[in-house]
Order: sequence, then structure tokens, then C-alpha cells
Amino acid sequence: MAMSANDIETMIKEALPDATVRIEDLRGDGDHYAAMVTSKEFSGKSRVQQHQMVYKALKGKMGGQLHALALQTSVPE
Amino acid sequence: MTNPVFARIEEDIKNSDVVLYMKGNAMFPQCGFSAAVVEILNHFNVDFESFDVLKDPALREGIKEFSDWPTVPQLYVKGEFVGGCDIVREMAANGELVSHFEQAGVQPKA
Repeated sequence: MAMSANDIETMIKEALPDATVRIEDLRGDGDHYAAMVTSKEFSGKSRVQQHQMVYKALKGKMGGQLHALALQTSVPE
Repeated sequence: MTNPVFARIEEDIKNSDVVLYMKGNAMFPQCGFSAAVVEILNHFNVDFESFDVLKDPALREGIKEFSDWPTVPQLYVKGEFVGGCDIVREMAANGELVSHFEQAGVQPKA
């Protein structure tokens, strides 16, 4: 079962309430997404740590139910 | 309890400056994300050791736990986790990867 863009956004926002999340369904197949996540919580963290925070928010779905999520993280200007 | 695969991973990332955990091998990557990282490493002309997680289920699960990273490929430079495909791609595009290699003392192949 694939995940909807909405589910992904909801899970990220549950863990990072201030986050701005933009999700693109890259192939329109509900299985290959790109997400851009901006959050103050990322401040002072390495990019690896920022991505880990998003993966934690997705509670193990990344790499399983969620096959492909190209991730880009940033701190708000 | 520590995963027995961890000792092997620690050894492998110590023995080679640049290590890529991937699906398939460098000649025949079995996944587009792994292929993309191989292409980047070839583009920067650095020597690397690759390990095929598809051939080794214990390694496939172990490396995810070891790096606290849910997906493969995973790139290590000088024993340190650099990132997966997205991060490596971003670093390659903005010049960070080159400076990372330079700082780590990783030279392009002669």
C-alpha cells in the first residue's frame, strides 16, 4: 500500500509542527515523492540530522511502505 | 545487544576511504538511486569500495540500523556517514562534495 501525499505531510507536521511541507508526486503513481521541508527545528543540525528527523517523523515508513521520497530540508530564512 | 554486522561495517569503513553501500555493484547497479551515486563518484574520479546489500540480507538491515538511516545507498567517507542519494546529489551540485573529499584527504585517481 502506497502512502498519499497528505499522509506524508500530516506525519511530518505531527513531529515538526512549525514545518512548511511541499510534496510533489513525481510520477503520479503515489509511490515516488519529492518533499521539501522547512522548519526552525533544523537550525544548527547537519543535513544528515535534518533528514533523520524527517525519517523519524515518518515512523519507519521510509524505505518500507514509502519506497521513494526525495528529500530536501532547509531552515526558514 | 549489538548487531554482529556492526563490527564488520566498522572494519569496512575504516579500511577504505570511500565506501558505498548499494544495491548491485558499481558495474551493474540494481537501483536508480545507487546508480546515481556511483555516477557521481565516477564523475569525481575517486576510488571507492562498494558493498552489495542485495547479496547480504544481514548487511542490508544492519547498515540501516548502523547509520540510523532507512534507505540504501549510503556513502561513507573516512569512516563517517555522508548521506544517501539526495544529500550526495545536493552536495555534488553545490560543490560541497569536492571540498568534503579535499578536507578528508581523498584524492582523485591518477
